[in-house]
Amino acid sequence: MNEVLTDWRALVGRHLLHLRRMPDKLISATVLPMVFVVLFGVLFGSAISIPNGDYHEFIMAGIFTQVMITAVPNTAIGMLEDLGNGLVDRFRSLPMSPSAVLVGRTVGDTALRAITCLAMTAVGYAIGWRLQGGILGALAGFGVLLLFGFTMAWLGALLGMRVRSPEAASSLPSVLLMPLMFLSSAYVPLGGLPAWLRAIAEWNPISAVAGACRALWGNPAAAGDSFAARNPIPLALLWLALILLLVVPSAVRRYRTAVAA
Amino acid sequence: MDYAIQAEGLRKRYGDTEAVAGVDLAVPTGTITGVLGPNGAGKTTTVRMLATLLRPDGGRAEICGFDVVRQAREVRHRIGLTGQYAAVDQKLTGRENLQLIGVLQRLGRRNAKQRAAELLERFDLTEAADRLSGTYSGGMRRRLDLAASLIADPAVLFLDEPTTGLDPVSRLDLWAMIRAEVDRGLTVLLTTQYLEEADQLADRIAVVDKGVVIAGGTPEELKRQVGEERLDVTLAHVTDGLAVANALSRVSSSEPTVSPDGRTVSLTLAGGVLGISTAVSALHDAGVEIVDLAVRRPTLDDVFIALTGNRQVEPTLEKSPA
Repeated sequence: MNEVLTDWRALVGRHLLHLRRMPDKLISATVLPMVFVVLFGVLFGSAISIPNGDYHEFIMAGIFTQVMITAVPNTAIGMLEDLGNGLVDRFRSLPMSPSAVLVGRTVGDTALRAITCLAMTAVGYAIGWRLQGGILGALAGFGVLLLFGFTMAWLGALLGMRVRSPEAASSLPSVLLMPLMFLSSAYVPLGGLPAWLRAIAEWNPISAVAGACRALWGNPAAAGDSFAARNPIPLALLWLALILLLVVPSAVRRYRTAVAA
Repeated sequence: MDYAIQAEGLRKRYGDTEAVAGVDLAVPTGTITGVLGPNGAGKTTTVRMLATLLRPDGGRAEICGFDVVRQAREVRHRIGLTGQYAAVDQKLTGRENLQLIGVLQRLGRRNAKQRAAELLERFDLTEAADRLSGTYSGGMRRRLDLAASLIADPAVLFLDEPTTGLDPVSRLDLWAMIRAEVDRGLTVLLTTQYLEEADQLADRIAVVDKGVVIAGGTPEELKRQVGEERLDVTLAHVTDGLAVANALSRVSSSEPTVSPDGRTVSLTLAGGVLGISTAVSALHDAGVEIVDLAVRRPTLDDVFIALTGNRQVEPTLEKSPA
């Protein structure tokens, strides 16, 4: 166990060094998300009204979850690069833990996403968004969000080992996740949907994560009185645990036999 | 004899193609064996199985007496691998790359640091040690890659086409460094497409084709089969072809051959490069006008022609190292 921790620490260290080395990566991970906050918060916020509160209060949690999803291709491409330039071969020829390379990458990418969250929060505050759930609620909300980001990073790492080209690594996550994203309460409350569609959207893990953040941050909820809509926090945690339980072992298994395209 | 690498009947199949179709290898401890073959011969697949990256479909292999499948972890403690790409993290410095691999090889932080400094010195990278390896030249990156393979003092080193894409000077540097490591007692399995590289480095050569070893022996034995340097004579007049072949038959150790267009006569030089002057005066006596003379070292292609009678290698534009 001690050796596994040494491996994890070494690989996480590698990715934290990367963050420091690549200011361009930091910029691309913060600028666009900040633009989204302004775009959705100010522009759409002034045009859209929702039943129980301000749209720009409501949409922040949605933008945060969206940004966690749009970062999936980055993880996938990074993994694909490590495979392509022989680094994974080298790591696999070492007597090290097979999970370490993946842990390093996913933790490193989650750290980057934490920086993204800070930048977005700053811009959010500038346009009038407020965290109204107290300091603990605020931290817990970001905790759920980053757990979601971590889960998505594992998914990205798995995809990166399954696809053969950077094009596929950058487009496949969107193809898989964007429909889920739109069929959720991330952008809009679900009150207007037909009942069957609404049930699907309410149980959607992305709705659960956005809903958990809203609940913890004291922001307006997506309304609805179903079990899923009333219990977003446990539902989100359950979903994330379930997805991690599926994705982590299959990613590690994939890594053991991974080959470059 | 004590063998550091032993493989028997190693097999790997991809779909319908048998990439490795029963390879036997035995590399004595402290020597270099060169695995020579064209692209697609199964060289890399063989190395990947020996280095525990790929599970064989059949046969068995042992590194220092440890089975590559059942005792993969023991094997990994004893091997270094330098693949076809310089497997270094370009966003880390040279030193950070070596320290990372050192820590993952269980050297401990302080030891890894010390070993990294030693190897940077040995591979002439001390000056560049704290620059990002992404800024290194191809040759420097290869040296860093080799240093990374050696950080935990492995007993066995796998070199998979280590000089592909290197300029001639970097190639010679790398050869010298590999030789120095073998002098320290390292056992090396080297794959290459270049006869000259195998000749320069290897104590023994195994020629592979279509997933099997088709010939083996010392470089001298192999070259005896292939022939020594060849002389290509380019003629001013196509009609001279036969006359030239006749004139040259006494300086050649085999029957001279005329190219299809009749402009080039090719022969094996009896007595090595000294045979050139004999050949030139023979041509002069026969009154043949020549445009060009070129000495050609045997290539992988010649090896295959000699061994199988077939041209196995796709003609490539790539130059052999010289």
